[in-house]
Amino acid sequence: MILVVAEQHDGMVNRSSWEVVAVAQQIARSKSDPIKVAVVGVDVEAAATELTKADVAEVLVVENDQLAVYTPDGFVEALTALVQAESPQLVLFSHTYQTRDFAPKLATRLGRALVTDCISSKMTPDGLVLVRPMFQGKFVADVSLRGAAPHFASFQIGAVRADAAALGKSAAPTRRIEVAIDGMAIRQKPEAPFKEAKQAVDLTQAERILAVGRGIKGQEHLSMVQELARALDAEIAASRPICDAGWLPMDRQVGSSGQTVAPRLYLALGISGAIQHLVGMKGSRTIVAVNRDVDAPIFEVADYGIVGDLFEIVPALIAALGE
Amino acid sequence: MKIAVCIKQVLTRNWPLRVDESAAWVRDRDASFEMNEPDAYALEEALRLKEQHGGEVVVCSAGPARVTQVLREALARGADRSLHVESDELAVADARGVADALATALRPEAADLVLTGLQSDDQGFGQTGVILAELLGIPSSTIIMDVEVHKSGVHVKRELEGGWFQWVSMSIPALLTIQSGIHQLRYATLKGIMAAKKKEIRKVRPGVVPDAGYAIVQLYVPEKSKAVQFIKGSSGDAAKALVRALREDARVL
Ligand SMILES: Cc1cc2nc3c(=O)[nH]c(=O)nc-3n(C[C@H](O)[C@H](O)[C@H](O)COP(=O)(O)OP(=O)(O)OC[C@H]3O[C@@H](n4cnc5c(N)ncnc54)[C@H](O)[C@@H]3O)c2cc1C
Ligand SMILES: Nc1ncnc2c1ncn2[C@@H]1O[C@H](COP(=O)(O)O)[C@@H](O)[C@H]1O
Repeated sequence: MILVVAEQHDGMVNRSSWEVVAVAQQIARSKSDPIKVAVVGVDVEAAATELTKADVAEVLVVENDQLAVYTPDGFVEALTALVQAESPQLVLFSHTYQTRDFAPKLATRLGRALVTDCISSKMTPDGLVLVRPMFQGKFVADVSLRGAAPHFASFQIGAVRADAAALGKSAAPTRRIEVAIDGMAIRQKPEAPFKEAKQAVDLTQAERILAVGRGIKGQEHLSMVQELARALDAEIAASRPICDAGWLPMDRQVGSSGQTVAPRLYLALGISGAIQHLVGMKGSRTIVAVNRDVDAPIFEVADYGIVGDLFEIVPALIAALGE
Repeated sequence: MKIAVCIKQVLTRNWPLRVDESAAWVRDRDASFEMNEPDAYALEEALRLKEQHGGEVVVCSAGPARVTQVLREALARGADRSLHVESDELAVADARGVADALATALRPEAADLVLTGLQSDDQGFGQTGVILAELLGIPSSTIIMDVEVHKSGVHVKRELEGGWFQWVSMSIPALLTIQSGIHQLRYATLKGIMAAKKKEIRKVRPGVVPDAGYAIVQLYVPEKSKAVQFIKGSSGDAAKALVRALREDARVL
């Protein structure tokens, strides 16, 4: 049996949990395994009902008052009990911030390993092989599972399409599972999530964005980028390290921990294209990448690419735009 | 307050990566190495907490002899002493194996706070810190952007997805995985570098490395899927051709 641990917020299923249902269906097909989907929390009926539409054997609702707000300790307690009761062969998650927060602890508590951030899977004569990026996406690795089941794996957000998940002919049955949780075992006291005070720049409205990454080398070179932005009539954005270094304000950051943008033109200068950056901009209509490394992952999402030194290309672009 | 920081040594960012003979790792024999970036931020947080609250900063790294380079660097930036879990195997071990080694070194230290980076630039497991917390039997919180220490524990700001944050309280001892950008980094001064020469790098035996839960069978450059149109030629010609394409074909200018 394959167990998918779905993530929900305020009764809404994360889109990426549907992606993991699709992954589970792919793996199950080659092994003809049943799939169960677990939702953990209090008042998660709406999420559970949504998930019963999937072509799966069962939806498990894991309940306890201690799970009303997410804590890693609460989730580990609940899911340890669930995994022990249901004995899955494989437990799958979406590689979200929440999964990063609790799943390694869960696997360790059960004496198992977790393979994180997988992008695909394949069946081989030696069993299931998971594919995951390494070296910030410049390489991928085929990873084989060792030791006894259950095995644990998380899949990168966007690794497969959510709409690839097959829907069932009729709603899957739901089963409620009341788990016992010792309140003392929960050591984190979380407060309500919040957003920082309103951001000064709203990149989501920009028609054109010129984004700069670590290839720019120093803050002093930003004036050249600003000049190009004026010539393009574009807003300036950046990858995380540029904002971390304080070269540009945080509200210009694009990516999983910054803004998600979809302008008509996104021009990336000296950005490698780590997944956390790509999720924030890959919906852009036309993507241009300038990078001196032909293997940089940014070229995977680009429509036009120039392989070269941005310190030569930027002045040349400014000149060409002036013509 | 005693603060332990786990620091991984990784290949320098611009090192040209090539798969080695084993086909399961990259050639790194004559490579240059540096401190994993988020770990530099974890160290910075630890040094600032020490400045505010007093105490000691102990840094720990697991890996071959070469990892003493990043320990020296941390000592030069202001850490008080260091632990080196020495083992060649740990250079490519799975997250559980590394966490076990780190736990062996850190258990006797009984630090009030253990800080790790949120993710390594090479393996990118994003889980060694959380496993370590479980092995040490202490609570954890991840992707931290701010740390306040109170009498009874810590109050930390977790980064959530899409620009959301959340404050979480925990008693200490506790483990935090630190996100890049939490503060501006300090660099080693000449005085710091001189002082580091006298600071301790204590060797720790790794203990029994547990059986790996998974293993890399092959490492390779990902297949290119989407057809990007590369614009060739001199910088001037490429720039002109790109501007033309953006004006006339894509019509975005
Ligand atoms: C939980 C988490 C959340 C994150 N959130 C975000 C986020 O929201 N946004 C984000 O951007 N990142 C985020 N990151 C970081 C992300 O993983 C990458 O580290 C980051 O995006 C890399 O930035 P970069 O491409 O600018 O730098 P690098 O990866 O260092 O790339 C620099 C690029 O510049 C090229 N280059 C160098 N010199 C030149 C030159 N002269 N001419 C042309 N090209 C040159 C190089 O070939 C290289 O490809 C997050 C990471 C984690 C773990
Ligand atoms: N070999 C190591 N030595 C010391 N710390 C490590 C080692 N490997 C991982 N870490 C720590 O664990 C964090 C997460 O690494 P990872 O789980 O590999 O993504 C890193 O940022 C380090 O703080």
